[in-house]
Amino acid sequence: MLWPKLARALFAKPLTDNAPLVPRETIQALGERLAATSRARLGRSLAIREVDSGSCNGCELEVNALQNVAYDLERFGLRFVASPKHADVLLVTGPACLNMREALERALASTPEPRWVVAAGDCAVDGGVFKGSYAVENGIAAVLPVDLLIPGCPPTPAQLLEGLLSLLETESAKK
Amino acid sequence: MMGPASSLIRSGNPQGAKPCERFLLSPTAWGQLPAALQQETELALLGLWADAAQVHACFLHEPSAEAVLASTPAAGWNYAALSPARPGAVRFERMILELWGHHAEGAVDLRPWLDHGRWNLRHPLAAKPIPFAGEAPQPEFLPVEGEGIHQIPVGPIHAGVIEPGHFRFSVQGEVVVRLEQRLGYTHKGALSLMLGTSPRAAVRYAARLSGDTTVAHSWAFSAAVEAALGVTPPPRALHLRALMLELERIHNHLNDWGFVCNDAAFAFPHARCGFLREGVLRAIAAAFGHRLMMDRVLPGGVAPDIAPRGAEAILAALDAVEAEIPSLMQIYEAHASLQDRVVTTGYLRPDLACAFAAGGHVGRASGRGFDARRLPQSQPYPTLRFDVPVLEAGDVDARVRIRVLELGQSIALVRQILASLPSGELMAPLPVRAGEGVAMIEGFRGECLHWISLDDGGLIRALFPRDPSWLQWPLLEAAIEDNIVADFQLCNKSFNCSYSGVDL
Repeated sequence: MLWPKLARALFAKPLTDNAPLVPRETIQALGERLAATSRARLGRSLAIREVDSGSCNGCELEVNALQNVAYDLERFGLRFVASPKHADVLLVTGPACLNMREALERALASTPEPRWVVAAGDCAVDGGVFKGSYAVENGIAAVLPVDLLIPGCPPTPAQLLEGLLSLLETESAKK
Repeated sequence: MMGPASSLIRSGNPQGAKPCERFLLSPTAWGQLPAALQQETELALLGLWADAAQVHACFLHEPSAEAVLASTPAAGWNYAALSPARPGAVRFERMILELWGHHAEGAVDLRPWLDHGRWNLRHPLAAKPIPFAGEAPQPEFLPVEGEGIHQIPVGPIHAGVIEPGHFRFSVQGEVVVRLEQRLGYTHKGALSLMLGTSPRAAVRYAARLSGDTTVAHSWAFSAAVEAALGVTPPPRALHLRALMLELERIHNHLNDWGFVCNDAAFAFPHARCGFLREGVLRAIAAAFGHRLMMDRVLPGGVAPDIAPRGAEAILAALDAVEAEIPSLMQIYEAHASLQDRVVTTGYLRPDLACAFAAGGHVGRASGRGFDARRLPQSQPYPTLRFDVPVLEAGDVDARVRIRVLELGQSIALVRQILASLPSGELMAPLPVRAGEGVAMIEGFRGECLHWISLDDGGLIRALFPRDPSWLQWPLLEAAIEDNIVADFQLCNKSFNCSYSGVDL
């Protein structure tokens, strides 16, 4: 029956959690970095292209969880897009695998300016446990200009959200 | 009764692997193996790998569910290929050539696989790797002939939030004539980082072989080490491992059920499954301090113990899942637009599932019922009650239904485990000595097979972690044939093979 379901949905509390607070230090640090560049403001909206540069897929599980109704990413103006050509942010997970280097470079070249690169997860930050392998160049910074690091193995959806919101906050604080 | 291949293997020289023996065959005897395997179809190939000097294979005698290992020296870097007798050997032989430099004579296919020509060395796991500095070659794909055929290249970066890999579709009109996968993009060189380290240090790589299977791989790795050293973990540790393994199965099955519906543009089950899964993950985090339970299973036992209120949180989250499964299933079944997309789509023939020894939901939706939890050494499962659902339909719908049936079984298992959780120690001490062990643990995709050989200092001399996806990826190529391109996501998600797990 549809009606009882509708009634329940109308009167029930929302499933979505409250928004996390973003630490002031993160915003300040990012603000200084972004102020040095002449990037235009995008308003409170960012299109994100997730790129896996060779992760174990743990980060992908948590990035996908970020889109579930408990976190409801889109209420912040953040959304995942299917192509780097539509993206403001490349959210990169995994160490810089040599076999993915060309694909990463092409993804960056396809992303229009202004753009940000976020390295998410310990592997993307500095290679994580795979540091020093013949098949990886450690962190993503070896291939792409990284603007924001979100550590964690894998970072929780809350940590990812905090990092992405800090990008938005920084941008609106610059006005 | 033993078939010709089993007798041939058992005529070799036993090497002392535990709990299944490994027999060393002369190159001549190994050379007779492909012909013998063709006469003994019930001996399934589970894995093929190498070390610097030998090539190793693991077989499963399907009727008795007994595993046996066979090896041969790679004399002059050559060994007889098994791919003419076992199609599942093809990708292993390609990997062995690239990582160790051993050449499979008479192989069906030896095109590059993991090595895309972008590392600065070749044969990284050989005794002496060769420096390499050259252009990366263009990949070669198998030719497709016919009128009006065109190719669609997809990846390595895909449109969704998934792992990287390349799919080459040869298409006639809307229909897929052939799909060829090209993987290896996430090759991280994990094996090279594990060699020469202690099992306690190396288990973190097993935990990160495939993040969604972190518990199963950590357990299979730890169980292989424990078998090699003759150590039995304390009962509480084994129960906690089983608890985590079932929770891992539950959160992944929920995830994939939702995603299959979402890929048919039916968002509601995806939203509900995502929310229920989030509840499970939060309960897991409350119980074990990590949402995916990474680094909780260690050689010798588990650490840390379940948190004081952890059991309550888990039971509450699972009650919510169990309460909603019937209504979600009813929605799944009652919508013709959804059923039209999943029923008869991506049909996998039972004979192919058997030929490749496909495990997990891929095998069980096509009639192959092997489940490593049924093995007598899989403690604590022999003390628990559960069914292993098997279907014959072999389509996307059957793989979804296996997942949903397994959800119910896993929830019941979690309750049994929590009700009978023994008290006591969590860790058994590991002696420092040589040994060789093999273990299979049933992850949500199928059995994770780990083999390990330790030297007298207790350090890793050789090892191989075989993810179940090795034997499932090639079947996806078969299942998609004669389906339309638009149904690929559904087929792919209903398999949900691991990229990282096979890219090593």
